[in-house]
Amino acid sequence: MPWGEFKDTAAERRLFQRRTLVVMALIMLMIGGLIARMYQLQIVEHDIYTTLSDKNRVQVQSVPPPRGLIYDRNHILLAENRPVFSVTLVPERVDGMDHTLSQLGDILDVSGEDLERFHRRLQEPRRPFQEIPLRYDLNEQEMARLAVHRHELPGVEVKAELVRFYPHSTLTSHSLGFVGRINRDELQRIDPVNYAGTNYIGKSGIERFYEELLHGTVGYQHVETNARGRTLRVLERENPVPGEDLQLHLDLRLQKRAYDLLDGRRGAIVAIEPATGGILALASVPGFDTNKFVTGISVKDYRELSESRDKPLFNRALRGQYPPGSTLKPMLAIAALDSGATDRDYTIWDPGYFQLNNSGRRYRDWKRAGHGWVDLMDAMAESCDVYFYEIAVKMGVDTIYSYLSRFGFGEDAALDVSGALSGLLPSRDWKRAMRSEPWYPGDSVNLGIGQGFMLATPLQLATATSLIANRGTWVEPRLLREIEGDTPVAQYLPDGGHEPLTLKNPDDWEFVVETMAEVMHGRRGTARRAGSDAPYRMAGKTGTAQVFSLAEDEEYDAEEIRERLRDHALFVGFAPVKNPKIAVAVIVENGGGGSSTAAPVARELFDAWLLEFPAENQKALIGKVEDKGPN
Amino acid sequence: MALNEFIGSSEANPLGRPRGIWSTLHLDPILLFLLLALVSAGLFVLYSGADRNIEVVKAQGVRLGVAFVVMLVFAQLDPSVFRRWAPWLYGAGVVALIAVLVVGVGAKGAQRWLALPGLPRFQPSELMKLVVPMMAAWYLSRHYLPPRFRHVAVGLAIVLVPMMMIIKQPDLGTSLLVGMAGVFVVFFAGISWKLIAAFIAMVSVSAPMMWFFVMRDYQKQRVLTLLDPQSDPLGAGWNIIQSKTAIGSGGFDGKGWLQGTQSHLEFLPESHTDFIVAVLAEEFGFIGMLILMTVYFLIILRCLYIAVTAQDSFSRLLAGALTMTFFIYIFVNVGMVSGLLPVVGVPLPLISYGGTSSVTLMAAFGVLMSIHTHRRMIGA
Repeated sequence: MPWGEFKDTAAERRLFQRRTLVVMALIMLMIGGLIARMYQLQIVEHDIYTTLSDKNRVQVQSVPPPRGLIYDRNHILLAENRPVFSVTLVPERVDGMDHTLSQLGDILDVSGEDLERFHRRLQEPRRPFQEIPLRYDLNEQEMARLAVHRHELPGVEVKAELVRFYPHSTLTSHSLGFVGRINRDELQRIDPVNYAGTNYIGKSGIERFYEELLHGTVGYQHVETNARGRTLRVLERENPVPGEDLQLHLDLRLQKRAYDLLDGRRGAIVAIEPATGGILALASVPGFDTNKFVTGISVKDYRELSESRDKPLFNRALRGQYPPGSTLKPMLAIAALDSGATDRDYTIWDPGYFQLNNSGRRYRDWKRAGHGWVDLMDAMAESCDVYFYEIAVKMGVDTIYSYLSRFGFGEDAALDVSGALSGLLPSRDWKRAMRSEPWYPGDSVNLGIGQGFMLATPLQLATATSLIANRGTWVEPRLLREIEGDTPVAQYLPDGGHEPLTLKNPDDWEFVVETMAEVMHGRRGTARRAGSDAPYRMAGKTGTAQVFSLAEDEEYDAEEIRERLRDHALFVGFAPVKNPKIAVAVIVENGGGGSSTAAPVARELFDAWLLEFPAENQKALIGKVEDKGPN
Repeated sequence: MALNEFIGSSEANPLGRPRGIWSTLHLDPILLFLLLALVSAGLFVLYSGADRNIEVVKAQGVRLGVAFVVMLVFAQLDPSVFRRWAPWLYGAGVVALIAVLVVGVGAKGAQRWLALPGLPRFQPSELMKLVVPMMAAWYLSRHYLPPRFRHVAVGLAIVLVPMMMIIKQPDLGTSLLVGMAGVFVVFFAGISWKLIAAFIAMVSVSAPMMWFFVMRDYQKQRVLTLLDPQSDPLGAGWNIIQSKTAIGSGGFDGKGWLQGTQSHLEFLPESHTDFIVAVLAEEFGFIGMLILMTVYFLIILRCLYIAVTAQDSFSRLLAGALTMTFFIYIFVNVGMVSGLLPVVGVPLPLISYGGTSSVTLMAAFGVLMSIHTHRRMIGA
């Protein structure tokens, strides 16, 4: 059939034109449809999409405030913040997830737990290019190895965050406490807004008590991000208010000394500056490395700590409740003098035992042969039990209770020490409530030498001793010395509310202090060896507390059992006698006698605080002046 | 300017010369001007869509240059050349498509390229956008129009064979464009409305069959996502949600050039390729879209005018079909980006970054210009 031109009839042309018109109409309709769609999106629903676009573009990120630092009284850092690095993966950019993970496993130590968590997060809905953390807290070697292999691992990134670090973690474990990851319960308690960017919260000690101060206030930044969550631009920023830096009364040197003195044993030391109530040292030995707890301790490490027989996690200084034994005698002496149960000249015959009535049970003196004729001074110096049996019975439980409670026993008198227990100050009511029995005179006898029901923590003993050093003026123990900046400390320290212990004859204070000095310096003082050759006078009282219980099913070797059954050694005291600078309570578990074990420890602390450290400070000061040169 | 005057302006010969400079060059000045306006504006949008990457713009400039040269070359050829070559080109194209399926190279699980020794890599399917309408026009214009049923059937077969092969690659977007180009040849040829109605009925019956037997999972997913992007906001729906957000947030007058946040912050995927119209809508707003649509519409009008004034059936059918291909490009791309149509890989003509489609499109415009400038002046 021939081609084209001859076949090109007018009919065909008209047919084509008609079809073109149809197509034109179709095109106009469809383009109209597209324009209508644009009108719908851009004009009608403009607001919706503007909102969406802004939400996309601008993300409000909370900027966690850096946690306040904690210093000791000499401005030595006890708690700081360190950048901790973690490894994250962006699945979209990872070249073969399994391969990458196995490669990372060769470079870093990735535990099964880590992998499990990672895969769980991988399944959850997420934005494209959102990173998923694989492992926290990389060490230096791992960082280095990762840096070397970085180019072979697309999609693997390293992120830094500031995490609490305790340079002297073991020394400060029981006084400073530690922070840890916020757990479910805490999540209910905290202000979700202020903690929006925060991962850690104070779990114990100062870190817990001053959480509010240390934490600071969250900041915000409106950032422009891309779909990968990458921050491109900060549009506006409201800076976080960093947590306050705190200075404690604690002296790290003394704290370290306290640890060293108890090293290898178990025990507690609390040292207080009587004038300020400042806690100079608060040691519970053994301690533990708090840094392990910050980012989460491994199950194995935790088990080791919690199952250790030395109980390193147990805060003996605040929560160890011991019978105070003879260390209670100075407080009892004050009570007896003020209530008139005895006076300075009142003398008794000590045959080595005490009986409530002629046919009654014999309460032994620690010295079997007895002390003979003793007055209050002798009774204190030699720690005569019988004298105190007698005055305790004379006073009766109500009087003893009322005086001892004014010394801070039976309560947590410290202002800012979290987790302190209140011991046990027995009373008639307590016995009826707890034991459904009346108070027997025999109970008073036991109370007279700090045994029986009575329990006190080392912190309470130090507090009571400090009250004696202050001659009755109450200054509650506290750790916080200063808030750096212009916040007054008083605003954050709770009100102690203790009335001063005023005696009818204020001279009684001096007399009891003298009896305590006799303990240290007297010819027959129980701690005369610890107190000898000192260039200053000190006051103190030794004590022993019996150990009652051993878990029955535990197996000990004979040596061990003998050691663990030995009495606890206690000592309370202060120095110098006039204008005291330091008051301490020392307990050495299973240390035997207070005079042989605990008193020398206290003497070392006195020497350090009164002689050694001031000399050091002097030297440092002179050094500083010399550095400056002549002006 | 009155539309008639605009369309007929090249006929109005103010200097009274039967053949001006444009006829000598075989170029149509109106079409050329519109195309130049479109691509130069497109480069500005591309600069923004590529996140201010001047290299991308340069590369695209080079490709457009090549495309214009191709157009120039095609414009010089007499339409009879296309007519004579159509069957041979078609045969070669089908062979190439088979070769692609057998020994083709590809990316992302699709085999689209043919790497022949000594030749640059090319996509045979892309060529078929031109060759299929040529072949269909060649076949149908050999017979009296309107075509009989037998001819319609053969015509459709000519279209369907390559279409099926391209679907197999799989390349849904290209097969759609190739198919539409062929179908419009049949339509322009004057297929009876009854048949059209019958085909429409058939398609609506076969659509569910396609769903169950032909479509791949990812293609089904696209359709489902279109119906409810929120069902998969982080997966397949992400692109649609983000592009709608880009378009919608542009508002009436847009955020301004380079101020679009959706594209610059990487929320919008493919912001310099298939989804570039979202960048334009975001930065130039509804006004910008109206201008773009107007330019496109004017190009289509001019092309249809060329088709109507063509002097033989082959040229008319080919010109009409190529024009419709261009329009389908626009409609499918803008429809998919604005969430009216499922996501198929169709670029925005002459604006999206990419060499292949630009060259094909410009070649088509070259064919159109050739048809227009090689008319015989009968009785002029």
